[in-house]
Amino acid sequence: MKLQPVIGLEIHVELKTKTGMFCGCSADHFGKAPNTNTCPVCLGLPGALPVPNHQAIDWALMVGLALNCRVNLESTFDRKHYFYPDLPKGYQISQYDDPFCQQGFLTLESGKKIRINRVHLEEDTAKMQHKTVDGKKLTLVDFNRSGVPLVEIVTEPDISSGAEAKEFLKKLRDILRSLAVSDCDMEKGSMRLEPNISWSRSASDLADYKVEIKNLNSFKFAQTGIDYELKRQKAMLDQGKIPVQETRGYNPKLRQTFSQRIKETSADYRYFPDPDIPPIVLSPEYIEALRSKLPKLPEAEVSGLVKDFHLNISTAQLLVKEPLKLAYFNKYSKEVGPKTLANLIVNKKINLDQPPQLKTTSRAIDSKIIDQVIKENADIVAKYKAGKTSVIGFLVGQVMKLTHGQVDPKSVQQELLKRLQVPNLKF
Amino acid sequence: MKVDTTLVKHIAKLGNLTLSEAEIKLYTRQIKSILAYIETLNKVDTANIKPTYQTLDKTTNVWREDKLQPERGLTQKQALSQAKKTYQGYFVADHVFSQSAKKTSTKLDKRRQIDKYNAILTEVNSRGNLGVKDLFCTKNIETTAGSAVLSGYKPQYSATLIEKLEKIGFRIKNKLNQDAWGHGSSGENSDFGPTKNPWDTTRVPGGSSSGSAVAVVTQDVEVATGTDTCGSIRLPSNYTNICGLKPTYGALSRYGVIAFASSLDCPGLFARSVAKLKTVFSQVAGFDPKDPTSQSQARNKAENKKIRTIGLPREFFTQGLNSEIKNLIQAAAKRLEKKGYWIKTVSLPHSAYGIAAYYLIAPTETGSNLGRYDGVRYGQDRSYFGAEAKRRIMLGVFASSAGYSAKYYTKAAKIRTLIIQDFYRAFKQVDVILAPVAPMPPFKIGEKSANPLEMYLADIYAAPASLAGLPSLAIPCGFTKNKLPVGMQLVGPRWSEPSLFELGEEYQKITDWHLQKPKL
Repeated sequence: MKLQPVIGLEIHVELKTKTGMFCGCSADHFGKAPNTNTCPVCLGLPGALPVPNHQAIDWALMVGLALNCRVNLESTFDRKHYFYPDLPKGYQISQYDDPFCQQGFLTLESGKKIRINRVHLEEDTAKMQHKTVDGKKLTLVDFNRSGVPLVEIVTEPDISSGAEAKEFLKKLRDILRSLAVSDCDMEKGSMRLEPNISWSRSASDLADYKVEIKNLNSFKFAQTGIDYELKRQKAMLDQGKIPVQETRGYNPKLRQTFSQRIKETSADYRYFPDPDIPPIVLSPEYIEALRSKLPKLPEAEVSGLVKDFHLNISTAQLLVKEPLKLAYFNKYSKEVGPKTLANLIVNKKINLDQPPQLKTTSRAIDSKIIDQVIKENADIVAKYKAGKTSVIGFLVGQVMKLTHGQVDPKSVQQELLKRLQVPNLKF
Repeated sequence: MKVDTTLVKHIAKLGNLTLSEAEIKLYTRQIKSILAYIETLNKVDTANIKPTYQTLDKTTNVWREDKLQPERGLTQKQALSQAKKTYQGYFVADHVFSQSAKKTSTKLDKRRQIDKYNAILTEVNSRGNLGVKDLFCTKNIETTAGSAVLSGYKPQYSATLIEKLEKIGFRIKNKLNQDAWGHGSSGENSDFGPTKNPWDTTRVPGGSSSGSAVAVVTQDVEVATGTDTCGSIRLPSNYTNICGLKPTYGALSRYGVIAFASSLDCPGLFARSVAKLKTVFSQVAGFDPKDPTSQSQARNKAENKKIRTIGLPREFFTQGLNSEIKNLIQAAAKRLEKKGYWIKTVSLPHSAYGIAAYYLIAPTETGSNLGRYDGVRYGQDRSYFGAEAKRRIMLGVFASSAGYSAKYYTKAAKIRTLIIQDFYRAFKQVDVILAPVAPMPPFKIGEKSANPLEMYLADIYAAPASLAGLPSLAIPCGFTKNKLPVGMQLVGPRWSEPSLFELGEEYQKITDWHLQKPKL
């Protein structure tokens, strides 16, 4: 029997609501001193009770609608039980039998549909660091992130390669950004990917094992991680061995996955409806009102630009991917002429903070360019963080290139160093 | 299904409990015997019955707008203040990638016994007038839930009900003893020793709100808070000759009340007269935006209906009921009949299954609610749980584990629906139900502690109103020939507290049972 690659994705996205999923703490937890953003609810103090965030529910529903899901008229929050120091209550409030949205799809360029199993809402966990203090290994816990709203998107195992996974993820990120519900910043962990991978007879006839890869913090790593994993498993299967069911990590330096945790049996989460939260019951009118609020989704936006302004598809796609650029284009396209302006923007020959000019004169470092360089060179950044500090020169060069040499390389380096000191490394 | 030591070890792991071999053996035996009792639920056909997980009058969509609530935020110092170990602003947990050392509890320093009934755990303010069950969080005042796990814990915030009581002029005098976590009917499950009944110090005062009842009957305080998950206000009220209200589920906020079984927990009040209960209750009931299960949308529709017909549930007056209690309750009914009320026998056919359903639902929820006690952010680690807490965690984890939850937890939730329907039908015939709370008068300390199931059955008449989320007013109605107090409960439809108070006050005008005091 011929086996084929079968890949499903679980994606966690932090919503950019003002407050937590069940409490009034700030959802903007990044970079704060540890345990300075908590309250009795998200710290799991005795007696505290959760109250759901209406905005988070609406946004989760909008994500589902944008992914062509069916919305359940009756949903509940459920308790998912397990013990880990980053989980303050001994259970995570999530959704089980009746999530907000089910059975959607997202279409790839090839026309292939990737089915969406569910879109549900849950609360984020705390952040852990593992350290040796006075010769003793310890786990340090910071609850600032505990209780931030998370949307979990689960696909059916319809993906068959790393490249397909990457395309799916990019499309998904573009949709989430156009909905303006998350900044989907992989660096900050506001979008997290967990592919599960096996060689199976088909998506409906899965193998007895599956391997999950965790902590992939770029689409590129997802692609190379998946492809590496497929190769590794295939080699084993060809020798008549069956890969073990496990969770694997990804080493971007080696471009390899490595074993983290063997899963003996499937976990028993003892789900039951959270008795602290009344059910959520929605009317069809409520759902239609949310649907009517959906912005033009990227695909529709691209075809609009092509049709109205005769842009080529790739230019239109580049514009649509970044809301700031698209807004700039829409604002000035009449003055400059759409095609010329689009090319200027796409080729980064324009400063988005100013009205269009042919030559930029600003000497200040544009933090967006720093962002862009960090984002586009995730593999280099990873090397830097892994201790190879000499690669900073390459990143400086990239910034100089994009700014056409109009900024001071020393301050570029300083700026970059500042940005790369990310204190909360997750293991 | 085979309950053996292998399964029990697996359950202990799921519940994150480290048990000794002796405990494994004991719980295997006890879980077996409790499950054998619970098998009685299989006699009930629950096909096509919808399960009930909450009693909220179909309230839905309780949510908050996306606004910051900085007033509820904790500083780093506050957040870390109750942790055993911290490091540079972080909480410290065992290294998750290393095999952690087996946890064993060391004996805590023995608490000094404060009063002769062991009702008081912490003295707060000698000029106060309010007693507070130690399940209520009180800011910066030790709150233990009666458990060694929380010994020394000083909460960073106060329960809504405590704030409301303080706002209307009450001052906390003492924090009061209780069965740990609310698990118990006698007060004997407190990790700080049993509370004694002032009417006979060799007997239990009833639980779990044992200290609260004793503080009121000894006139140490005017009013005390309690919680009633399945009789924990009503039973101690009856056993100490005072008045107690278990309100409609959701009438008083649960925010800041340490959770036992969330869908059943009803914070409530104790006082020496119904009139007092009425005054205080009406000032502290109300919607709490911090508790989404408080004050369902049906609350506004409740009306103060004049009670004319009183129902005696046939199933509550069977062989299991002590004959002295039976006679005293029938005498109370006669008294009211003379005042012009109609007395009628009604049937609550599923009430016999109440305890079995309750001992699936409550342990499942408590097994979940007690998951947060890991000793990282506050309190001691899980090895400090007492025997009853461990037993209930084990039972609940088992009943909700994969492969069993449909047979147990869901089945119990369906029985709950049937019990609600029983009351619905009964309240078409009568305005209120008059019934015993306890099947026997106050028993001796130690008498039932060897057999958990026998202790559980003390709540058989308390369970139906709890499962249905109904208000129940417990009031004294006489004494046994040995001068032990006996009481009754008035159970009404949801949100009928005003009617219950009216009837209770009327009864207390024509009787003086509630005025009798123990010799201190």
